[in-house]
Amino acid sequence: MGDLAINGDSAIALAWKQIDPDVCAAYPITPQTIIVERFSDYVNDGDVSTEFVCVESEHSALTVCTASGSAGARTFTATSSQGLAYMWEMLPITSAMRVPLVMAVANRTVSGPINIQNDHGDVMSARDTGWLSIFAENVQEAYDCAIMAPRMAEHPDVQLPILVNLDGFILTHAIERMTPLEDAVVKEFVGEFKPFMPLLDYKNPVSHGLMDGPEFYIEHKYQLVQAMENAVPVIEQVFEDYGKLTGRKYNMVEQYMCDDAEYVAVVLGSAYGTMKAAVDELRAKGIKAGVCMPRVFRPWPAKALAKILDGKKAVAVMDKHLSVGAYGPLYPEVTACLEACKKAPKAYDFVFGLGGKDTRVSELEVVYEKIASGKAKIVNYLGVEE
Amino acid sequence: MNHKDMIIGSRVTGGTAEKFETGDWRSVTPVVDMDSCIDCMTCWIYCPDDCILIDKGKMAGIKLSHCKGCGICAKMCPKDAITMKED
Repeated sequence: MGDLAINGDSAIALAWKQIDPDVCAAYPITPQTIIVERFSDYVNDGDVSTEFVCVESEHSALTVCTASGSAGARTFTATSSQGLAYMWEMLPITSAMRVPLVMAVANRTVSGPINIQNDHGDVMSARDTGWLSIFAENVQEAYDCAIMAPRMAEHPDVQLPILVNLDGFILTHAIERMTPLEDAVVKEFVGEFKPFMPLLDYKNPVSHGLMDGPEFYIEHKYQLVQAMENAVPVIEQVFEDYGKLTGRKYNMVEQYMCDDAEYVAVVLGSAYGTMKAAVDELRAKGIKAGVCMPRVFRPWPAKALAKILDGKKAVAVMDKHLSVGAYGPLYPEVTACLEACKKAPKAYDFVFGLGGKDTRVSELEVVYEKIASGKAKIVNYLGVEE
Repeated sequence: MNHKDMIIGSRVTGGTAEKFETGDWRSVTPVVDMDSCIDCMTCWIYCPDDCILIDKGKMAGIKLSHCKGCGICAKMCPKDAITMKED
Protein backbone atom coordinates (compact mmCIF):
# COMPACT_ATOMS: atom_id res chain seq x y z
CA MET A 1 0.00 0.00 0.00
CA GLY A 2 1.35 3.41 -0.98
CA ASP A 3 1.33 6.58 1.09
CA LEU A 4 -2.04 8.18 1.78
CA ALA A 5 -3.27 11.74 2.18
CA ILE A 6 -5.49 11.21 5.16
CA ASN A 7 -6.84 12.93 8.27
CA GLY A 8 -6.26 11.63 11.79
CA ASP A 9 -9.76 10.26 12.34
CA SER A 10 -9.71 8.32 9.07
CA ALA A 11 -6.25 7.00 9.96
CA ILE A 12 -7.64 5.63 13.24
CA ALA A 13 -10.58 4.06 11.38
CA LEU A 14 -8.15 2.52 8.87
CA ALA A 15 -6.06 1.02 11.68
CA TRP A 16 -9.23 -0.44 13.21
CA LYS A 17 -10.29 -1.86 9.86
CA GLN A 18 -6.94 -3.60 9.58
CA ILE A 19 -7.17 -4.92 13.16
CA ASP A 20 -10.83 -5.99 12.67
CA PRO A 21 -11.99 -5.92 16.32
CA ASP A 22 -14.81 -8.18 17.52
CA VAL A 23 -17.04 -5.39 18.85
CA CYS A 24 -17.31 -1.64 18.46
CA ALA A 25 -19.90 0.47 20.28
CA ALA A 26 -19.54 4.20 19.76
CA TYR A 27 -21.56 7.37 19.61
CA PRO A 28 -20.52 10.15 17.23
CA ILE A 29 -19.28 13.47 18.60
CA THR A 30 -17.26 16.18 16.90
CA PRO A 31 -14.29 15.97 16.30
CA GLN A 32 -14.31 12.17 16.68
CA THR A 33 -17.27 11.70 14.28
CA ILE A 34 -15.20 10.72 11.23
CA ILE A 35 -13.78 7.70 13.09
CA VAL A 36 -17.27 6.34 13.72
CA GLU A 37 -18.54 7.24 10.25
CA ARG A 38 -15.63 5.63 8.39
CA PHE A 39 -15.62 2.58 10.61
CA SER A 40 -19.36 2.05 10.24
CA ASP A 41 -18.79 2.24 6.47
CA TYR A 42 -16.30 -0.61 6.79
CA VAL A 43 -18.84 -2.59 8.82
CA ASN A 44 -21.60 -1.89 6.29
CA ASP A 45 -19.40 -2.84 3.35
CA GLY A 46 -18.34 -6.11 4.98
CA ASP A 47 -14.68 -5.07 5.17
CA VAL A 48 -14.62 -6.13 8.82
CA SER A 49 -16.41 -8.79 10.84
CA THR A 50 -16.98 -6.40 13.76
CA GLU A 51 -20.30 -6.36 15.60
CA PHE A 52 -21.13 -2.65 15.55
CA VAL A 53 -23.52 -1.61 18.30
CA CYS A 54 -25.41 1.64 17.68
CA VAL A 55 -25.99 3.08 21.12
CA GLU A 56 -27.98 6.09 22.28
CA SER A 57 -25.22 7.71 24.34
CA GLU A 58 -21.57 7.53 25.33
CA HIS A 59 -22.50 6.15 28.73
CA SER A 60 -24.13 3.22 26.97
CA ALA A 61 -21.22 2.96 24.50
CA LEU A 62 -18.69 2.38 27.24
CA THR A 63 -21.07 0.12 29.16
CA VAL A 64 -21.53 -2.08 26.08
CA CYS A 65 -17.78 -2.07 25.47
CA THR A 66 -16.93 -2.97 29.06
CA ALA A 67 -19.43 -5.81 28.99
CA SER A 68 -18.28 -7.14 25.63
CA GLY A 69 -14.66 -6.94 26.75
CA SER A 70 -15.58 -8.93 29.86
CA ALA A 71 -17.32 -11.46 27.65
CA GLY A 72 -14.03 -11.98 25.84
CA ALA A 73 -14.32 -9.80 22.73
CA ARG A 74 -11.63 -7.44 21.45
CA THR A 75 -13.48 -4.15 21.76
CA PHE A 76 -12.83 -0.63 20.48
CA THR A 77 -14.59 2.70 20.96
CA ALA A 78 -13.92 6.38 20.41
CA THR A 79 -15.16 9.63 21.88
CA SER A 80 -14.32 13.24 22.71
CA SER A 81 -15.01 16.00 25.22
CA GLN A 82 -18.57 15.84 26.60
CA GLY A 83 -18.74 12.25 25.37
CA LEU A 84 -15.80 11.27 27.55
CA ALA A 85 -17.35 13.26 30.39
CA TYR A 86 -20.59 11.32 29.92
CA MET A 87 -18.58 8.08 30.02
CA TRP A 88 -16.78 9.14 33.18
CA GLU A 89 -18.87 7.05 35.54
CA MET A 90 -17.86 3.92 33.63
CA LEU A 91 -14.16 4.81 33.16
CA PRO A 92 -12.88 3.59 36.56
CA ILE A 93 -15.25 0.60 36.38
CA THR A 94 -13.75 -0.51 33.05
CA SER A 95 -10.22 -0.37 34.47
CA ALA A 96 -11.23 -1.97 37.78
CA MET A 97 -12.83 -4.82 35.81
CA ARG A 98 -9.52 -5.09 33.94
CA VAL A 99 -11.11 -4.92 30.49
CA PRO A 100 -8.33 -4.13 28.01
CA LEU A 101 -10.42 -2.17 25.53
CA VAL A 102 -9.08 0.53 23.23
CA MET A 103 -10.58 4.03 23.12
CA ALA A 104 -9.49 6.77 20.74
CA VAL A 105 -10.03 10.25 22.18
CA ALA A 106 -10.23 13.18 19.77
CA ASN A 107 -9.09 15.69 22.35
CA ARG A 108 -11.50 18.58 22.71
CA THR A 109 -12.15 20.97 25.54
CA VAL A 110 -14.99 20.33 27.96
CA SER A 111 -17.63 23.05 27.98
CA GLY A 112 -18.22 25.67 29.29
CA PRO A 113 -18.15 28.17 27.98
CA ILE A 114 -19.48 26.07 25.09
CA ASN A 115 -16.59 25.35 22.77
CA ILE A 116 -15.76 22.43 20.50
CA GLN A 117 -12.10 23.17 19.81
CA ASN A 118 -8.97 21.38 20.95
CA ASP A 119 -7.38 21.20 24.35
CA HIS A 120 -6.74 18.38 26.81
CA GLY A 121 -9.59 19.12 29.20
CA ASP A 122 -11.36 15.88 28.37
CA VAL A 123 -8.54 13.40 28.83
CA MET A 124 -6.98 15.21 31.79
CA SER A 125 -10.28 14.98 33.64
CA ALA A 126 -10.01 11.21 33.12
CA ARG A 127 -6.41 10.91 34.27
CA ASP A 128 -7.18 9.28 37.64
CA THR A 129 -9.41 6.53 36.26
CA GLY A 130 -6.82 3.76 35.81
CA TRP A 131 -6.54 3.82 32.01
CA LEU A 132 -3.31 3.68 30.08
CA SER A 133 -2.94 6.86 28.05
CA ILE A 134 -0.75 7.63 25.03
CA PHE A 135 -0.46 10.75 22.86
CA ALA A 136 0.18 11.33 19.16
CA GLU A 137 1.93 14.33 17.63
CA ASN A 138 0.72 13.88 14.04
CA VAL A 139 -1.52 11.69 11.87
CA GLN A 140 1.14 9.04 11.32
CA GLU A 141 1.61 8.71 15.06
CA ALA A 142 -2.15 8.52 15.65
CA TYR A 143 -2.28 5.58 13.21
CA ASP A 144 0.79 3.95 14.77
CA CYS A 145 -0.57 4.40 18.30
CA ALA A 146 -3.90 2.85 17.27
CA ILE A 147 -2.05 -0.24 16.04
CA MET A 148 0.25 -0.49 19.06
CA ALA A 149 -2.48 0.15 21.64
CA PRO A 150 -4.17 -3.30 21.76
CA ARG A 151 -0.86 -5.03 22.46
CA MET A 152 -0.16 -2.69 25.37
CA ALA A 153 -3.64 -3.07 26.85
CA GLU A 154 -4.11 -6.82 26.30
CA HIS A 155 -0.72 -8.03 27.57
CA PRO A 156 -1.28 -10.60 30.37
CA ASP A 157 0.82 -8.52 32.79
CA VAL A 158 -1.20 -5.35 32.06
CA GLN A 159 -4.88 -5.95 31.16
CA LEU A 160 -5.91 -2.33 31.40
CA PRO A 161 -7.98 -0.20 29.03
CA ILE A 162 -6.09 2.36 26.95
CA LEU A 163 -6.78 5.89 25.68
CA VAL A 164 -5.23 6.85 22.35
CA ASN A 165 -5.18 10.65 22.23
CA LEU A 166 -5.11 12.76 19.11
CA ASP A 167 -5.70 16.52 19.13
CA GLY A 168 -9.16 17.49 17.90
CA PHE A 169 -9.22 19.18 14.46
CA ILE A 170 -5.42 19.74 14.48
CA LEU A 171 -4.99 16.00 13.88
CA THR A 172 -8.50 14.62 13.50
CA HIS A 173 -9.44 16.82 10.55
CA ALA A 174 -6.13 17.97 9.05
CA ILE A 175 -5.00 15.90 6.07
CA GLU A 176 -1.40 14.75 6.25
CA ARG A 177 0.76 12.31 4.36
CA MET A 178 0.85 8.93 6.06
CA THR A 179 2.50 5.58 5.42
CA PRO A 180 0.10 2.74 6.29
CA LEU A 181 1.06 -0.87 6.85
CA GLU A 182 -0.28 -3.82 4.86
CA ASP A 183 -3.37 -5.46 6.38
CA ALA A 184 -1.59 -8.76 6.97
CA VAL A 185 1.32 -7.00 8.68
CA VAL A 186 -1.06 -5.24 11.08
CA LYS A 187 -2.91 -8.50 11.79
CA GLU A 188 0.30 -10.30 12.60
CA PHE A 189 1.67 -7.47 14.75
CA VAL A 190 -1.49 -7.08 16.81
CA GLY A 191 -2.05 -10.84 17.12
CA GLU A 192 -4.97 -12.73 18.58
CA PHE A 193 -6.82 -11.48 21.66
CA LYS A 194 -6.54 -13.98 24.48
CA PRO A 195 -8.99 -12.79 27.16
CA PHE A 196 -8.33 -13.68 30.79
CA MET A 197 -11.17 -15.64 32.45
CA PRO A 198 -13.83 -14.33 30.02
CA LEU A 199 -17.50 -14.46 30.99
CA LEU A 200 -18.42 -16.52 27.91
CA ASP A 201 -16.08 -19.37 28.86
CA TYR A 202 -19.10 -21.28 30.13
CA LYS A 203 -17.04 -24.35 31.06
CA ASN A 204 -15.25 -22.23 33.65
CA PRO A 205 -17.96 -20.07 35.19
CA VAL A 206 -16.82 -16.74 36.62
CA SER A 207 -18.32 -13.49 37.89
CA HIS A 208 -16.70 -10.15 36.99
CA GLY A 209 -16.66 -6.82 38.83
CA LEU A 210 -18.12 -7.93 42.14
CA MET A 211 -18.67 -5.55 45.02
CA ASP A 212 -15.61 -4.99 47.20
CA GLY A 213 -15.89 -4.32 50.91
CA PRO A 214 -13.15 -2.31 52.62
CA GLU A 215 -11.16 -5.52 53.06
CA PHE A 216 -10.74 -5.92 49.28
CA TYR A 217 -11.09 -2.45 47.72
CA ILE A 218 -7.61 -1.00 48.21
CA GLU A 219 -6.08 -4.39 47.39
CA HIS A 220 -7.76 -4.36 43.98
CA LYS A 221 -6.61 -0.75 43.48
CA TYR A 222 -3.08 -1.86 44.37
CA GLN A 223 -3.36 -4.50 41.65
CA LEU A 224 -4.04 -1.62 39.21
CA VAL A 225 -0.88 0.11 40.45
CA GLN A 226 1.10 -3.05 39.76
CA ALA A 227 -0.48 -3.39 36.32
CA MET A 228 0.59 0.19 35.52
CA GLU A 229 4.13 -0.62 36.68
CA ASN A 230 4.11 -3.79 34.59
CA ALA A 231 2.97 -1.71 31.61
CA VAL A 232 6.30 0.16 31.39
CA PRO A 233 8.44 -2.75 30.09
CA VAL A 234 5.48 -4.01 28.03
CA ILE A 235 5.05 -0.64 26.28
CA GLU A 236 8.82 -0.36 25.74
CA GLN A 237 8.78 -3.80 24.10
CA VAL A 238 5.85 -2.83 21.85
CA PHE A 239 7.75 0.32 20.81
CA GLU A 240 10.83 -1.82 20.12
CA ASP A 241 8.91 -4.34 18.00
CA TYR A 242 7.01 -1.63 16.12
CA GLY A 243 10.28 0.21 15.48
CA LYS A 244 11.81 -2.93 13.95
CA LEU A 245 8.69 -3.44 11.82
CA THR A 246 8.26 0.10 10.53
CA GLY A 247 11.46 2.04 11.22
CA ARG A 248 9.41 4.36 13.44
CA LYS A 249 10.73 3.84 16.97
CA TYR A 250 8.77 5.48 19.76
CA ASN A 251 9.82 6.14 23.35
CA MET A 252 8.21 6.62 26.76
CA VAL A 253 9.35 10.24 26.47
CA GLU A 254 10.22 11.67 23.06
CA GLN A 255 12.91 14.31 23.04
CA TYR A 256 14.20 16.91 20.61
CA MET A 257 17.54 18.69 21.12
CA CYS A 258 17.43 17.93 24.85
CA ASP A 259 20.93 16.47 25.32
CA ASP A 260 22.83 19.76 25.50
CA ALA A 261 19.80 21.99 26.17
CA GLU A 262 19.72 24.45 29.06
CA TYR A 263 15.99 25.20 28.73
CA VAL A 264 13.53 22.40 28.09
CA ALA A 265 9.78 22.39 27.58
CA VAL A 266 7.48 19.44 28.37
CA VAL A 267 4.44 19.22 26.12
CA LEU A 268 1.80 16.70 25.03
CA GLY A 269 0.29 16.10 21.60
CA SER A 270 0.46 18.09 18.39
CA ALA A 271 2.04 21.16 20.02
CA TYR A 272 5.24 19.10 20.27
CA GLY A 273 5.72 19.75 16.55
CA THR A 274 5.14 23.49 16.95
CA MET A 275 7.64 23.57 19.81
CA LYS A 276 10.24 21.76 17.74
CA ALA A 277 9.95 24.61 15.23
CA ALA A 278 10.40 27.11 18.08
CA VAL A 279 13.48 25.20 19.27
CA ASP A 280 14.97 25.41 15.75
CA GLU A 281 14.42 29.19 15.69
CA LEU A 282 15.98 29.61 19.14
CA ARG A 283 18.95 27.39 18.34
CA ALA A 284 19.62 29.60 15.30
CA LYS A 285 19.82 32.52 17.74
CA GLY A 286 22.23 30.59 19.98
CA ILE A 287 19.74 29.76 22.74
CA LYS A 288 20.14 26.18 23.92
CA ALA A 289 16.49 25.12 23.85
CA GLY A 290 15.00 21.62 23.77
CA VAL A 291 11.56 20.04 24.04
CA CYS A 292 10.27 16.67 25.15
CA MET A 293 6.92 14.93 24.97
CA PRO A 294 5.77 12.14 27.26
CA ARG A 295 4.47 9.74 24.59
CA VAL A 296 2.97 7.81 27.48
CA PHE A 297 1.00 9.82 30.02
CA ARG A 298 -0.20 6.81 32.04
CA PRO A 299 1.85 5.11 33.33
CA TRP A 300 3.52 8.46 34.03
CA PRO A 301 7.15 8.11 32.88
CA ALA A 302 8.63 9.89 35.93
CA LYS A 303 12.04 8.24 35.77
CA ALA A 304 12.61 8.83 32.06
CA LEU A 305 11.47 12.44 32.38
CA ALA A 306 13.65 13.13 35.45
CA LYS A 307 16.65 11.77 33.54
CA ILE A 308 16.04 14.20 30.68
CA LEU A 309 15.41 17.23 32.92
CA ASP A 310 18.24 16.61 35.44
CA GLY A 311 20.76 19.46 35.42
CA LYS A 312 18.79 21.76 33.08
CA LYS A 313 18.56 25.44 34.02
CA ALA A 314 14.79 25.78 33.68
CA VAL A 315 11.75 23.82 32.51
CA ALA A 316 8.55 25.10 30.92
CA VAL A 317 5.60 22.78 31.51
CA MET A 318 3.06 23.30 28.74
CA ASP A 319 -0.47 22.65 29.98
CA LYS A 320 -3.42 22.39 27.60
CA HIS A 321 -5.81 22.18 30.52
CA LEU A 322 -6.27 24.03 33.78
CA SER A 323 -7.22 22.91 37.23
CA VAL A 324 -8.82 26.21 38.14
CA GLY A 325 -7.51 27.36 41.50
CA ALA A 326 -4.26 25.40 41.21
CA TYR A 327 -2.04 24.66 38.17
CA GLY A 328 -2.32 22.94 34.85
CA PRO A 329 -2.48 19.18 35.51
CA LEU A 330 0.92 18.44 33.95
CA TYR A 331 2.81 20.89 36.19
CA PRO A 332 2.53 19.05 39.54
CA GLU A 333 3.32 15.75 37.80
CA VAL A 334 6.51 17.16 36.28
CA THR A 335 7.63 18.97 39.44
CA ALA A 336 7.01 15.82 41.52
CA CYS A 337 9.30 13.78 39.28
CA LEU A 338 12.05 16.43 39.60
CA GLU A 339 12.56 15.09 43.14
CA ALA A 340 14.56 12.30 41.51
CA CYS A 341 16.99 14.79 39.87
CA LYS A 342 20.46 15.37 41.30
CA LYS A 343 20.19 19.01 40.24
CA ALA A 344 16.55 19.85 39.73
CA PRO A 345 15.75 22.71 37.35
CA LYS A 346 13.35 25.52 38.21
CA ALA A 347 9.97 24.66 36.70
CA TYR A 348 7.32 27.02 35.36
CA ASP A 349 3.79 26.30 34.22
CA PHE A 350 2.40 27.68 30.95
CA VAL A 351 -1.30 27.20 30.36
CA PHE A 352 -1.90 27.52 26.62
CA GLY A 353 -4.18 26.66 23.73
CA LEU A 354 -7.37 26.33 25.79
CA GLY A 355 -10.55 26.02 23.74
CA GLY A 356 -8.46 25.86 20.56
CA LYS A 357 -6.59 29.15 21.07
CA ASP A 358 -4.00 29.21 18.33
CA THR A 359 -0.43 29.07 19.60
CA ARG A 360 2.23 30.26 17.19
CA VAL A 361 5.91 29.41 16.98
CA SER A 362 6.79 32.99 17.95
CA GLU A 363 4.71 32.75 21.15
CA LEU A 364 6.46 29.53 22.11
CA GLU A 365 9.84 31.18 21.56
CA VAL A 366 8.76 33.79 24.13
CA VAL A 367 8.11 30.95 26.61
CA TYR A 368 11.78 29.96 26.43
CA GLU A 369 12.92 33.57 26.62
CA LYS A 370 10.78 34.11 29.72
CA ILE A 371 12.12 31.08 31.60
CA ALA A 372 15.69 31.91 30.54
CA SER A 373 15.42 35.50 31.79
CA GLY A 374 13.61 34.52 34.99
CA LYS A 375 10.69 36.77 34.02
CA ALA A 376 8.16 33.95 34.04
CA LYS A 377 5.73 33.56 36.92
CA ILE A 378 5.14 30.13 38.43
CA VAL A 379 1.86 29.87 36.45
CA ASN A 380 1.56 31.78 33.18
CA TYR A 381 -1.40 32.04 30.83
CA LEU A 382 -0.20 32.24 27.24
CA GLY A 383 -1.95 34.87 25.13
CA VAL A 384 -3.81 36.36 28.10
CA GLU A 385 -3.04 39.93 29.05
CA GLU A 386 -2.68 39.70 32.83
CA MET B 1 -6.73 -10.40 52.39
CA ASN B 2 -3.44 -10.33 50.47
CA HIS B 3 -3.81 -8.84 47.00
CA LYS B 4 -1.58 -11.64 45.65
CA ASP B 5 -4.30 -14.18 46.48
CA MET B 6 -7.03 -12.16 44.74
CA ILE B 7 -8.02 -12.59 41.09
CA ILE B 8 -7.76 -9.31 39.16
CA GLY B 9 -10.86 -7.35 38.20
CA SER B 10 -12.89 -8.38 41.26
CA ARG B 11 -13.44 -11.73 39.55
CA VAL B 12 -14.66 -14.79 41.38
CA THR B 13 -14.98 -18.32 40.07
CA GLY B 14 -18.38 -20.05 40.15
CA GLY B 15 -20.07 -21.65 43.15
CA THR B 16 -18.34 -19.62 45.86
CA ALA B 17 -21.60 -18.22 47.27
CA GLU B 18 -22.15 -21.59 48.97
CA LYS B 19 -19.03 -21.01 51.08
CA PHE B 20 -20.17 -17.57 52.15
CA GLU B 21 -22.53 -18.41 55.00
CA THR B 22 -24.92 -15.51 55.07
CA GLY B 23 -27.02 -17.22 57.72
CA ASP B 24 -25.13 -15.32 60.41
CA TRP B 25 -26.92 -12.14 59.30
CA ARG B 26 -30.11 -13.64 60.78
CA SER B 27 -31.84 -12.14 63.83
CA VAL B 28 -35.04 -14.22 63.62
CA THR B 29 -35.13 -17.95 62.88
CA PRO B 30 -37.89 -20.01 61.23
CA VAL B 31 -39.10 -22.93 63.30
CA VAL B 32 -41.31 -25.62 61.66
CA ASP B 33 -44.12 -27.47 63.40
CA MET B 34 -43.86 -30.72 61.44
CA ASP B 35 -47.25 -31.90 62.75
CA SER B 36 -49.04 -28.99 61.03
CA CYS B 37 -47.00 -29.21 57.80
CA ILE B 38 -48.88 -30.74 54.84
CA ASP B 39 -45.83 -30.96 52.50
CA CYS B 40 -47.38 -28.54 50.01
CA MET B 41 -43.88 -27.11 49.42
CA THR B 42 -45.09 -23.53 49.19
CA CYS B 43 -42.18 -22.53 51.43
CA TRP B 44 -39.74 -24.23 49.02
CA ILE B 45 -41.16 -22.23 46.12
CA TYR B 46 -40.93 -18.91 47.93
CA CYS B 47 -37.63 -19.22 49.86
CA PRO B 48 -35.24 -16.77 48.14
CA ASP B 49 -32.18 -18.59 49.48
CA ASP B 50 -32.89 -22.25 48.74
CA CYS B 51 -32.99 -23.16 52.45
CA ILE B 52 -35.92 -25.58 52.50
CA LEU B 53 -34.75 -29.19 52.69
CA ILE B 54 -36.59 -31.92 50.78
CA ASP B 55 -36.52 -35.63 51.43
CA LYS B 56 -38.39 -37.91 49.02
CA GLY B 57 -40.66 -35.08 47.92
CA LYS B 58 -41.51 -34.06 51.47
CA MET B 59 -40.61 -31.05 53.60
CA ALA B 60 -37.62 -32.13 55.73
CA GLY B 61 -36.77 -28.97 57.67
CA ILE B 62 -34.79 -25.77 57.08
CA LYS B 63 -31.06 -25.50 56.45
CA LEU B 64 -29.98 -22.38 58.33
CA SER B 65 -26.50 -21.78 56.87
CA HIS B 66 -27.89 -19.29 54.30
CA CYS B 67 -31.23 -18.40 55.93
CA LYS B 68 -31.31 -14.66 56.65
CA GLY B 69 -34.60 -14.88 58.56
CA CYS B 70 -36.62 -12.98 55.99
CA GLY B 71 -39.81 -14.71 57.14
CA ILE B 72 -41.31 -15.22 53.68
CA CYS B 73 -41.74 -18.97 54.35
CA ALA B 74 -43.70 -18.23 57.53
CA LYS B 75 -45.82 -15.60 55.77
CA MET B 76 -46.69 -17.84 52.81
CA CYS B 77 -47.28 -21.14 54.70
CA PRO B 78 -51.04 -21.92 54.25
CA LYS B 79 -51.10 -23.85 57.56
CA ASP B 80 -49.08 -21.38 59.66
CA ALA B 81 -46.70 -24.25 60.35
CA ILE B 82 -43.65 -21.95 60.38
CA THR B 83 -43.11 -19.32 63.08
CA MET B 84 -40.27 -16.83 63.36
CA LYS B 85 -38.45 -16.94 66.70
CA GLU B 86 -36.23 -14.08 67.83
CA ASP B 87 -32.58 -15.19 68.31
